[in-house]
Amino acid sequence: MMKKFRFLSLVMAGALCLTLAACGGSGDSGAGGTAANPDSGAAAPDSSAPGNGGSTPSGAAFKIGGTGPLTGGAAIYGNNAYHGAQIAVDEINALGGDIQFELRYEDDVHDAEKAGNAYNTLKDWGMQIFLGSVTSTPCVATSAESNSDHIFLLTPSASSTDVLGGVANPLTGTVDVPRKDNAFQMCFMDPNQGDASAQYIAQNGLGQKIAIIYKNDDVYSTGIYNSFMAKAAELNLEVVSTTTFTEDSQNDFSVQIGDAKDKGADLLFLPMYYTPASLILSQCSAIGYTPKFFGVDGMDGILTLEGFDTTLAEGVMLLTPFNADAEDERTVNFVTTYQERYGEIPNQFAADAYDCVYAIYEVLKSANATPDMSASDLCDLLMNGITGITFDGLTGEGMTWDASGAVSKSPKGMVIENGGYVGMD
Amino acid sequence: MKRLNISRNTRSNFATYAMVIIVFLVLQILGQGGMLSSTLKGQLVPICAYVVMALSLNLTVGVLGELSLGHAGFMSVGAFAGTVAAVSLQASIPSAGVRLLVALIVGAACAALAGFLIGIPVLRLNGDYLAIVTLAFGEIIKSIVNNLYIGMDGGGLHARFLNNTMTLGEGGRMILNGPMGIPGITKISTFTAGFLLILVALFIIFNLVNSRSGRAIMAVRDNRIAAESVGISITKYKMMAFVISAALAGAAGALFAQGQTTVIATKFDFNTSILILVFVVLGGLGRMWGSIIAAAALTILPEALRQFSEYRMLVYAIVLILVMLATNNPQIRGFFTRLSKWIKDLLLLRFRAARKLAGETDQKGGGEQ
Repeated sequence: MMKKFRFLSLVMAGALCLTLAACGGSGDSGAGGTAANPDSGAAAPDSSAPGNGGSTPSGAAFKIGGTGPLTGGAAIYGNNAYHGAQIAVDEINALGGDIQFELRYEDDVHDAEKAGNAYNTLKDWGMQIFLGSVTSTPCVATSAESNSDHIFLLTPSASSTDVLGGVANPLTGTVDVPRKDNAFQMCFMDPNQGDASAQYIAQNGLGQKIAIIYKNDDVYSTGIYNSFMAKAAELNLEVVSTTTFTEDSQNDFSVQIGDAKDKGADLLFLPMYYTPASLILSQCSAIGYTPKFFGVDGMDGILTLEGFDTTLAEGVMLLTPFNADAEDERTVNFVTTYQERYGEIPNQFAADAYDCVYAIYEVLKSANATPDMSASDLCDLLMNGITGITFDGLTGEGMTWDASGAVSKSPKGMVIENGGYVGMD
Repeated sequence: MKRLNISRNTRSNFATYAMVIIVFLVLQILGQGGMLSSTLKGQLVPICAYVVMALSLNLTVGVLGELSLGHAGFMSVGAFAGTVAAVSLQASIPSAGVRLLVALIVGAACAALAGFLIGIPVLRLNGDYLAIVTLAFGEIIKSIVNNLYIGMDGGGLHARFLNNTMTLGEGGRMILNGPMGIPGITKISTFTAGFLLILVALFIIFNLVNSRSGRAIMAVRDNRIAAESVGISITKYKMMAFVISAALAGAAGALFAQGQTTVIATKFDFNTSILILVFVVLGGLGRMWGSIIAAAALTILPEALRQFSEYRMLVYAIVLILVMLATNNPQIRGFFTRLSKWIKDLLLLRFRAARKLAGETDQKGGGEQ
C-alpha cells in the first residue's frame, strides 16, 4: 500500500513538472524569444502591440539585455525595471523606424554569482547592448564582465560607485576599482545622494539633531550613509544617533527608534528602501515619536506599498528623480500604460529603465547605427555618443553624461502631502 | 572477505578519480573546440568550488556523522582571506597561477584556524545541539565579515572593525569594504585549477578515510561509547575531521571568490550552507562520487531551467523532490540494481566466451570458478 502511494507521488510530481515545462515553454515561444516574460498574462498585450519588432528575426533589431531580481525578495525592483524597459521598447518599435529593439531580461535573484550566469545567458542569446543589472551588487559583477567583453552598459538603477569604477571612496579618498569605461548610470550615484541630502538638510535648516538608521549589510544604504556622514562633518551637522540593521533584523526597529528618541533627535534620516522605512514610520507613530523624516530615492514607492497606512507618511521628505503623480504628458502616458498592463503604479526603477532605453535609442539614431553591427562596435559608438547628448526623460530634464559614467541631473526634493508628492521648493 | 571489501573500496575510489578526470578532459576538449556556451563556461569554476564544498561537508556529515549547518561560514573565511591575499600580492607575485595557489593556501589555513577555534566549543556537543551551534557560528562569521574593513597602501595592510576610520597613503586602496565586500577581483581561478583542487580534496579524503585515523573517526560516528571504551580520543578525531573539512571548505571558498568579480559576505549565508547540505544528502552520505555529481548537477540545473522563467525555482524544487524520491524508491533502486547486474552479467558472459575461445585455441583455458 505504502509502496503504491510512493510510486503515485513520483508520477504526480513528474506530471506536474511536465505541465510546468509545457507552460513555461509555450509562454516563451509565444513571446518570440523577445523576453522571458515573467507574467504570461501580460504576454498577450505585448504581442498584440502594433509592429512589435520582437517577432522580427534577429539581425533586424538591436538585442538589448538586462538582468534583475525577477523573483525573490527584491523582485519588485527587477520587475519594475523590466516592465518599464518593455514599455519603452514597444513604443519605439511601434514607431516603425529603422531602429527596432528586442528586449530580454534574465533573473539574477539579487545575487552576484547568478547575475554572472544571467549575463552569460544573454551573451549566448547574442545581446548587443546591456542594461546592466537592476540592483547594485549584481551590477558590480556584470559591469566587470561586460567591461572585459566590451559591451555597452547603461544601468537604470544600480547606484553603487563600484558599478562605474574610478570614483573615490568618500571615506578614504582612494580609488578602489578602476574606471570601467563601458559603464554608465541613469540613476544618481550613492555618494551624490548622501551629499545632496546633507546639503539639503543644512541649507534648509531642517533639523538640529539628526539621527540615522541604515542597513549595514546593504551596499546602497551604506554607500549613502558614508557620504552623508562625510558631508555632514563638513557642514557641521550634528548627528546624535547612528544605528544599524541588517537583512535578518529588519522586522523590528524599536531599539533604533528608542535610541534616536532618547537622544532628542528632531530629524530621522532613512537611507534605505521603502519596505523597512514603512515599518519605521509606523513604529515611530505607535510610540508617539514625531521627528521629521528624510528619505532618499529608495523611499519612492512607499505610497503604493500594500497594507501601508499612507497617512503615516505625511510630511516625509525625500529626494527622488521621479514622481508618478507629475502632470506632464510623458509621465501621465507612461503611468497610464504601465497601470493598464501591469496593474500597479510604476516606481522610479521603471521610469529609469524606460529612460535608459530612450537614451540608447537617441544615441543610436543620431549615429545611424544598424543592428548588424557587433556589440563591440556598438559599445564604442554608444560610449562616444552618450557623452555628447542632452537627454530629457521621465526622471529629469537636460540629463548629460561625462566620461566618468555618472549622470548629471538634479534630484527633486519632494514632500508627501495628502497622499501624494509635492515639490519642496 | 575482508580483502574483497577493501578492494571494492579502492575500486570505487579509483572510479571516482577516473570520473573526474574523464569529465575534465571531455569539457576541456569541448572548450577547445568552442562547443561550450558562455553560460556553462562561466559556471565551470563555481561548479568546481561547490564540488569541493560538498566533498568537504560530506567529510563532516557522512564520515564524522555530525550535522553542520554553518559550512558556508568556512567558505566565507576562505573566500575573503584568500582574496585579500591575492589582491595584496598582485604587485609582488605577477604569475596568476602562483597567486591563486597562495590564495588557496591562505584561504585553507584561515578556515582551518576558524574551524579549530569553533571546534573547541562546538565539538563538545552532539547531534541537534551541534547543528544549531554551527548554524550560529556561520551567522557570526557573516556578521564579522560584514563589518570588517581592510585596506592596503605602501605601509601594508590595515584593518578596522565596525567603522571605516582608516586613512590610506598614496596609491592605497580598500580591499574589503564592509558590506560592499570586495568589488574589483581579478579573475584568476581557472577550470584546471578547480579540477586539480577537486583531485587534491578527493586524495585527502580517501586517504584519511582509509587510514587508521579515518577508521577511528568512523568508529566515533558509529558508536561513540564503544569507541571511547576502546581508548579512542573522541575530541581528537572529531577535531581532526572537522578542521580538515574546514580547510577544504576554505580552499573552495578561495577558488570560488577568485572566479568571481565581486564577493559579499551575505553570499555565504544560511541558504548557501543548506544548499551544500542538499548536495551531500542527495549524493548520499559518505559517498564522494555522489556528492560530486549532485553538486555539479544542482549547480547547472537552475541555469538550465532558465526557459521556465519565473517557474524556474518551482521546477527546480520539484526536480529535487523527484530525485530524492527516486533515489529512495525501492522499486527504482531495484531496477537500477537489476540493470547494473544485467550489464555485469552481459560483460561477464562476453568475457567468459572470449576466455573460452582463447582457451580452445590454446590447450586448456584457465580455471573457472
